Amino acid sequence: MEAKKELKVNAIKNGTVIDHIPSQNLFSVINILGLNNIQQQVTFGFNLESKKLGKKAIIKVADIYFKDAELNKISLVAPDAKLNIIRDYEVVEKKVVSIPDEVTAIVKCMNPKCITNHEQMVTSFEVVRKGPAALKCRYCEKITDQDHLEII
Amino acid sequence: MKNRSLVSITDYNKDEMLQILDLAGEFEKNPRQDLLHGSVVATLFFEPSTRTRLSFESAVNRLGGSVIGFSDSSSSSVSKGETLKDTILTVSNYSDLIVMRHPLEGSAKYASEVSPVPIINAGDGAHQHPTQTLLDMYSIRKTQGRLDNLRICMVGDLKYGRTVHSLLIAMIHFNPVFVFIAPEELKMPDEYKLLLDKNGIEYHEYKDIGDNMDDADIIYMTRVQRERFSDPLEYEKVKNVYILRNAMLGNTKPNVKVLHPLPRVNEINYDVDANPKAYYFEQALNGVFTRMAIISKILGVK
Repeated sequence: MEAKKELKVNAIKNGTVIDHIPSQNLFSVINILGLNNIQQQVTFGFNLESKKLGKKAIIKVADIYFKDAELNKISLVAPDAKLNIIRDYEVVEKKVVSIPDEVTAIVKCMNPKCITNHEQMVTSFEVVRKGPAALKCRYCEKITDQDHLEII
Repeated sequence: MKNRSLVSITDYNKDEMLQILDLAGEFEKNPRQDLLHGSVVATLFFEPSTRTRLSFESAVNRLGGSVIGFSDSSSSSVSKGETLKDTILTVSNYSDLIVMRHPLEGSAKYASEVSPVPIINAGDGAHQHPTQTLLDMYSIRKTQGRLDNLRICMVGDLKYGRTVHSLLIAMIHFNPVFVFIAPEELKMPDEYKLLLDKNGIEYHEYKDIGDNMDDADIIYMTRVQRERFSDPLEYEKVKNVYILRNAMLGNTKPNVKVLHPLPRVNEINYDVDANPKAYYFEQALNGVFTRMAIISKILGVK
């Protein structure tokens, strides 16, 4: 199926393909996974056509296999992301992401009077609803919802 | 409770709340006890709140302890740009307990995470003020002889008033009936009503005082605070809506008491003060006994 279509982003021999990222959140995904600080080859496509998302982005990371906990961090900005684990050009495993119960150091609290927006400190939230996400700040206890989600 | 910070009223379970109230009763009978001789309590008021600070300092002094601190962040190194973490870590070297008031929400929780000594939250923005809740409970129990099965009427700003939210959470343990009287703009937020539903607690909502407080055991008045409004016009619209006058207490129950966290502006008319149903100044005195109890429990001297 995928092979018959023209590939917009070159195939990788080994590594991880992250597909179905909403285009506007591509750079958030790159930041969350720290892809701007690695030595391995990273290729990405931006504003590709997608029946489901309208415009989607795709990232191919060579020679890296992420831990599930790490991948789940992107669920807030790419809840429909599909992951293909590639070994020797073959998809050996498919994964989806799920929102964790606790979100630390990724999201900014939307309450301007929250201490986390004034002190150099790590934010932390309890996930009180998963879809669409609602996060309860561990400090001010106010809810930051999906519509106001801002990635640090 | 020993060595544990008190950041939110939910930090104490029902049994711990009752222990504080019982101990506060002991201090009321015998307010001079030299339990904290040689101990130092820091009161860090990053925003001014003279009443709360004096109440805490009076409590420490009556227990024979010493107080250090500041009453306004402009007179401390905070004005030079020191972070909260640095202030807390420094002051914890000089004290056995830190009482803090801060304009930012969640600041007390954060302080309790970085501080090696326990923290008492004396108000963090619109978030929590647990010692106020415990003194309100003490006042309720003292005047009604019990906490269970009371009809509690809350009037005024039920949206932004942190004191009513914390009191509501604490009283859930005692099967009350709540009556909420507030304008549309300031009504009790859904999250608290959901919490009541979940716990099977009865409540009623009204827009007017009318005869809706006649069955109440407690009337809890609140101040409509200008600083909680982002739109000054909204404040002007609602500030004079709920003013309690003596004549309105005519048909209320003989045991009813009017509470208010103070300071009041104009929401309780001065003609109420002479009515034996007015209780807000005694309530403030109860604050000293309650804080003596909390400080003694945390420092492990009681």
